[in-house]
Amino acid sequence: MKFLNHLTFGQYVPADSLVHRLDPRCKILAVLVVLTGIFLARHILVFAAWGGLLFSLAMLSHLPFRLVLRSAKPVLILVFFTAFIHVFFTDGTPLLEIGFITITREGVSGAVYMGLRLLFLVLFASFLTLTTKPMELADGLERLFSPFARFGFPAHELAMMMTIALRFIPTLLDETDRIMKAQLARGAAFDRGNLWKRLKAFLPVLIPLFVIVFQRAEDLATAMEARCYRGGEGRTRMHPLVWRTGDTLGALFVLAVVAGLIAGDRSFLS
Amino acid sequence: MKTDSKTVCELRDVTYVYPGEASGRVPGGTPGRVPGGTSGSGGISGQTIPEASETVRPGTRPALSGVTLRVREGEWLALLGSNGSGKSTLAKHLNALLTPTQGDCTVFGLPTNDPLNVFAIRSAVSMVFQNPENQIVGTVVEEDAAFGPENQGIPTEEIGRRVENALRAAGLLAKRKKPTYTLSGGEKQRLAVAGALAMDTPCLVLDEPTAMLDPQGRRELLDVLRSLHEGGKTIVSITHRLEEILHCDRAVVLVEGRIAWEGSIPGLFTHSDSFRKWGLDAPPLVSLWKELRTETNLPMPEVPTLSGMTDSLCRLL
Amino acid sequence: MSITVNGLSHTYHPGTPLETLALDDVSLECGRGEWLSVVGHTGSGKSTLAQHLNGILFPERGTVSVDGMEVREKSPRLRDVRRAVGLVFQYPEQQLFAENVLEEISFAPRNWGIPEERIAALASSALSLTGLDETYFPRSPFHLSGGEKRKVAIASVLSGEPSYLVLDEPTAGLDSWSRRELVSLLVRLKGEGLGIVLVTHDLDIALQHSDSILMLDRGRCVIMDTPGKVMEHLHEHPAPGLHLPEIAALSASLRNADPCAPLTWDWKELKRWVVKRALAAHPHLPGGDS
Repeated sequence: MKFLNHLTFGQYVPADSLVHRLDPRCKILAVLVVLTGIFLARHILVFAAWGGLLFSLAMLSHLPFRLVLRSAKPVLILVFFTAFIHVFFTDGTPLLEIGFITITREGVSGAVYMGLRLLFLVLFASFLTLTTKPMELADGLERLFSPFARFGFPAHELAMMMTIALRFIPTLLDETDRIMKAQLARGAAFDRGNLWKRLKAFLPVLIPLFVIVFQRAEDLATAMEARCYRGGEGRTRMHPLVWRTGDTLGALFVLAVVAGLIAGDRSFLS
Repeated sequence: MKTDSKTVCELRDVTYVYPGEASGRVPGGTPGRVPGGTSGSGGISGQTIPEASETVRPGTRPALSGVTLRVREGEWLALLGSNGSGKSTLAKHLNALLTPTQGDCTVFGLPTNDPLNVFAIRSAVSMVFQNPENQIVGTVVEEDAAFGPENQGIPTEEIGRRVENALRAAGLLAKRKKPTYTLSGGEKQRLAVAGALAMDTPCLVLDEPTAMLDPQGRRELLDVLRSLHEGGKTIVSITHRLEEILHCDRAVVLVEGRIAWEGSIPGLFTHSDSFRKWGLDAPPLVSLWKELRTETNLPMPEVPTLSGMTDSLCRLL
Repeated sequence: MSITVNGLSHTYHPGTPLETLALDDVSLECGRGEWLSVVGHTGSGKSTLAQHLNGILFPERGTVSVDGMEVREKSPRLRDVRRAVGLVFQYPEQQLFAENVLEEISFAPRNWGIPEERIAALASSALSLTGLDETYFPRSPFHLSGGEKRKVAIASVLSGEPSYLVLDEPTAGLDSWSRRELVSLLVRLKGEGLGIVLVTHDLDIALQHSDSILMLDRGRCVIMDTPGKVMEHLHEHPAPGLHLPEIAALSASLRNADPCAPLTWDWKELKRWVVKRALAAHPHLPGGDS
């Protein structure tokens, strides 16, 4: 299990590229704009254009395209499931009839487009995590949401929770590994029996983990208090996020491209 | 050591009862009444102070009883005692993590039981805890070192400068960009010290910092503490390992919540017969030193350090 | 009847950028009733080695066998191996999970299929070996002190009736008394015929109590010999990251000054020699008179 640590959770891949150097806030906003655009796409040529954009982004970020595509792996099941629903459960002009199941043209096209949309959604979103350090991502989210803090939205607290979670994930993985081994040495059988038995066998791993985590929470809170932590009020940063002209240009560029693609989509269909 | 040196922390007749161990009986009187005789509790207003003996559940005793202690600027104070002696409880009073149930505690003159003083107090006294893992907040070494100054609202450029100096003093500058989970236990403790240094606190309190470290880590941490002490830092080390107090200025021994002895380090070692009673354990070198001192006339160093013993004995031959 | 390791090598994450050679051609043998200590700097492979001895990890090259049973991943006797070799991890109190101490200690014997009627007796004797008694049975393991938790954790491995006990830094975080108590427990267990493999930084314990010491440096075996020989080796070839205990270091320095000085970790022995030698060199220094 140790190797999971080293795959740098969140999939951040260090490189020196334009995209890596962009302010995380710019990238977060860009992803939101892009996602809107994708869900408005309807023409196959436009989808092709989105694919092209994805590819160029990969080049711009100095990331191998294969690596980018791999981030869609976890969602493939969902994509196929959605496509399946669309193919078999959409009404319209029939293409094929097998018994009481009708496959319509709208169903097929719906499946393809919805599938592509989901894929692109995940792939574009993964650019965010591939090119942004987790800490910067938390900072970016905190800065973006801080205007809402006056309405009670806990922007700082959520960002701090995210940072601490990220900090402790490798540690927790190590501890899980160690506890599993300790219970294995006492004869626990994670690998035998039916599903229910195997789940029960994990209790001797989960309970100690809970205990560790709760103790840690208490210790950490005390340590943070001892270091003058009192929430986000009055906090400064060693590396504050700085919005540069490059970020403005990047944001405008993305807006322009997305607007263009939406317009193009409209015109192709009319 | 100058007797007129500035006082960093002071406890006066402090008694502390952990909330769970109180009997729960509400002392007579309405809140808002400050009891007449206890004028030493300046800073507390609108709070009745229970008599410790009345509120402790039968069978338990207060964690601290009538402790009076002064931590002087620039000194390295060793706080010794066995488990349950109250040394951690005492340490937590020094930075207002705990406030006295009775008696009072001040840091640079500021009473610790006034919430308004807490920020200033914790900017003067920082703390390193026993578990290296559970005090590191940042994902990257320099980020964690910056946590304290960021909370203090220090301007950005100043934070950078402080973090760099702190990491250098702790011997971690080369690892500044590394993820914190890659550090060894000893390195994590040194990072905690760096975090404390970055807050620019004049006083550093360490609660059993070496308990969970391997011998290498212990050595590295103690080297850092020695150089900090030479640089004028006030250090309070809580420990039960006698090998670690050999370079301290003064020692205080706690037994069952009370101060059993205080004095110089050489003085402590002349009382090695009481170590057992105090719940302290003499490492073999100390036993050797003691017996050679008392049973022979061989010149022995004042304090049983390895280097001191080696020099003395080699000179003999 | 012994644990035998031959030419053991183990690499973590082979074939990835994180590939690390943890153990390189290590061999050892520990019989029943013997005490082998494995020492070395942090990262020298001690824990990796320990985990090979009861089939938590498997060799990349070389063999590990316990009482004649080879330790392999698909071996049908893997459970027998794990039962024969009890493994106590560092900070074992972190593995406590049961509602009460009795349940915790019964976990291992139940898993090994020991009949229920015998388990209570096994639990009782395992716990009393560590110095606690049956009054602890109904208590929650989470409400015990640190030292008590560790004893319960160790008892919960002993209750499986292992023939060997491998312990990874069992004295970590303990104060001197608890450390002494633990060492006497190990001495007792050895006396009862258990084979003890102790992985430790604490050279003091290793030198004082082992029959033999295996010293690792970056995964390779530097020396495996009696404590006396290992100490001589350390005196001639100081090992990075491995510090001699203070008395041993002092005697080593004295040996450098005077080849007749003993190389010892026993302060009483050192004292006797110092007194004798000092009196011989300076007869006018009386012992005891001022």
